[in-house]
Amino acid sequence: MKPGSTRTKRDPLRTVLGWLVGIGMSFPVFWMALAAFKTEQDAAAIPPKFLFAPTLENFVAMSERVNYFHHAWNSIVVSFASTLIAIALAAPAAYVMAFHASKFTRALMLWMLSIRFMPAVGALIPIYLILVALNLIDTRFALVVITCLSNLPLIVWMLYSYFKEVPAEILEAGRMDGARPLRQLWYLLIPLTLPGIASTGLLGMILAWNEAFWCINITATNAGTLALAIASFANSEGQFWAKLSAASLASIAPILVFGWFTQRQLVRGLTFGAVK
Amino acid sequence: MSATVVNHAGARRQKRGMKVWPLLLPSVSVLLVWMIVPLVMTIWYSLQNYNLQSPPAQFGGLSNFEYLFTDPDIPIVVWNTLLLVFGPLVVTVCLGMAFAVLYDGPFPGRGIARLLVITPFFVMPTVAALVWKNLFFHPVWGLLSWVEKLFGLQPIDWFSSHPMVAVIIIVSWIWTPFATLILLTAMQSLDREQIEAARLDGAKAVSRFIHVVFPHLKRPISVLVMLETIFFLSTYAEIYVTTMGGPGTATTNMPFYIFSRALQGFDVGLASAAGLFAILIANVVAYFFIKRISEHL
Repeated sequence: MKPGSTRTKRDPLRTVLGWLVGIGMSFPVFWMALAAFKTEQDAAAIPPKFLFAPTLENFVAMSERVNYFHHAWNSIVVSFASTLIAIALAAPAAYVMAFHASKFTRALMLWMLSIRFMPAVGALIPIYLILVALNLIDTRFALVVITCLSNLPLIVWMLYSYFKEVPAEILEAGRMDGARPLRQLWYLLIPLTLPGIASTGLLGMILAWNEAFWCINITATNAGTLALAIASFANSEGQFWAKLSAASLASIAPILVFGWFTQRQLVRGLTFGAVK
Repeated sequence: MSATVVNHAGARRQKRGMKVWPLLLPSVSVLLVWMIVPLVMTIWYSLQNYNLQSPPAQFGGLSNFEYLFTDPDIPIVVWNTLLLVFGPLVVTVCLGMAFAVLYDGPFPGRGIARLLVITPFFVMPTVAALVWKNLFFHPVWGLLSWVEKLFGLQPIDWFSSHPMVAVIIIVSWIWTPFATLILLTAMQSLDREQIEAARLDGAKAVSRFIHVVFPHLKRPISVLVMLETIFFLSTYAEIYVTTMGGPGTATTNMPFYIFSRALQGFDVGLASAAGLFAILIANVVAYFFIKRISEHL
C-alpha cells in the first residue's frame, strides 16, 4: 500500500461530497426514469411524487406510436458500423504517423483536426443535395458514411496517441523477422494497444449514438436513429411528459447500460496523448 | 565500412517509405473528399440565387453575403455562438477539475459514485434537453420551480427570462463528465511520489495542487478545451428541442441560424453563404487552439 492512502481512506468530507456530486449529476436521469413509470397526473404532480403506483402504460403508448426496435436497430447499426469502419481506416494511418514519422506528419495531423473543426452546418447543403441526387436520403448507408467521416479525425488522433506509447524497438524486432507493415500492425501493434483501441471505439460509438444533427436533417422514418425518434416524438407528444420520459428512457437505455459496463475502459483510456 | 552502413540504412528507409505511404491513403483520401467536395459546392452555391422552391439557380454574385452581413441578427448570432462555446467551456473545465480532484482520492463507494457522475455523458443531447426543459425548468410543474416555491421565491421561467443560461446549463451538464474523465485520467497518471515528496516538504494541499498537479494538467486541459470547442461550436440538438433559437434570437447560434433562416426557407444560396461564414468563425477559433495543441504533438 502506498504511503498516504491509509490516511485518506476515511476522509469523511471526500466521501460525503463524492456521493453528493454523483447523486446530483445523475439525478436528472433518475428523475426521468421515475417519470417514465408514472401516470401523466403523477408526473406533473405538485409537490413531486417520489412514491407512486408504477405503470407500464407509457411504454405501451410509445410502442403504438414509434417503432422502437426499428430505430434502436438503426442506432446500433450506425454506431457500430461507423466506428468499426473509422477504426479500420484510421489504424494504418495512425501506424504510419506514429512509427514512420516524416516532416509531413505533424501537418497531416493538424489538417485532420482542422477538418473536424468545420461545422457540420457548413457541409449540410452540399451533402443533402448529393444524397438527393444519389437517392440516398434517409438510408442507413448515408448515415454510416457521414458519421464515420465526421468521427474519423478524432479516431486517427486517439489511435495515434496509443500507438505512440508502444516502444519502437518492439516493432523493430518484428521488422527484423521480416514482418510487413500491415502484419506488424495486425499481429503486434493491435494486440499491444487493444485497451486503447477499445476506448477509442467506445468513444466513437457514444458520439455516433448521440449524434443528432445529421440524423435530424438527412434521415426520417426509414433510417432514423433513436435520436431522431425522440426528437419527432417530442414534437408530437410534447405535452405528455410521462410518455416522453418513457420514450427518452428507452432511447438512452442501451447506450447507458453499455457505457456503465465499459466505463472502466473509458476512464483509463481518454488521454488523447495528453499524458506523458 | 561506415559508408556501407549509412547506405544500407538509407536504402532501407527509402524502401520503408515506399512501403508505408499507401497505408495513409485510405483515411487521407476520404477526408480530402469529405473536405473539398462540400467546400467547393458551398462556395459555388453561395454565389447563386437558388431557392429549392423556385428553381432554377441564377448567378447572384455576392448578394447572399450582402444579405447576410446586413442582417441585423448576425452580430447577435455570432455573439450567441461564442457564448455557447465559452460558457460551457468555463463551467465544464472548472467543475471537471473540481470533480477530478474529488474522485482522485479513495473513499468508500468511489467506483459507484464515479459511475453516477459520468452518467450524463451517455445521455443523448435531445433527451437531456427534453428532461431539463420539462421536468426541471418548467415554470409550473418543473422540479426547480417547486424548490423555488419551497423557499418562498417566485418561480423562474427559465426559457423566457434566462434562455441562454438554461441552454448553457444543459450543455454543461452533458459535457462535465467528459471533462472529469479526461482530467481524472491525467491526474491518476501523475507520479504519486512527487506529491508525497511535496507533502513531506510541508507543502499545503492548495500549494501542492498549484505547483505539482496543475503544471501536469496543462496539456490535458488544452486538449480538453480544444475537443470541447469542436463540439460546442456545433451545438444544435439542445436548441432544437428547447427554444428553437428563441425567444426572438436569444439562443440562435450559427448552426441554428442556418437551419432556421436558410434551410426552413429552402434558400440554398443564403444557407451556403452562412455556412461559409460559420466555417470562417470555426477556423478563427480553431487557429488559436490548433496552434497551441501543435506545440504538444
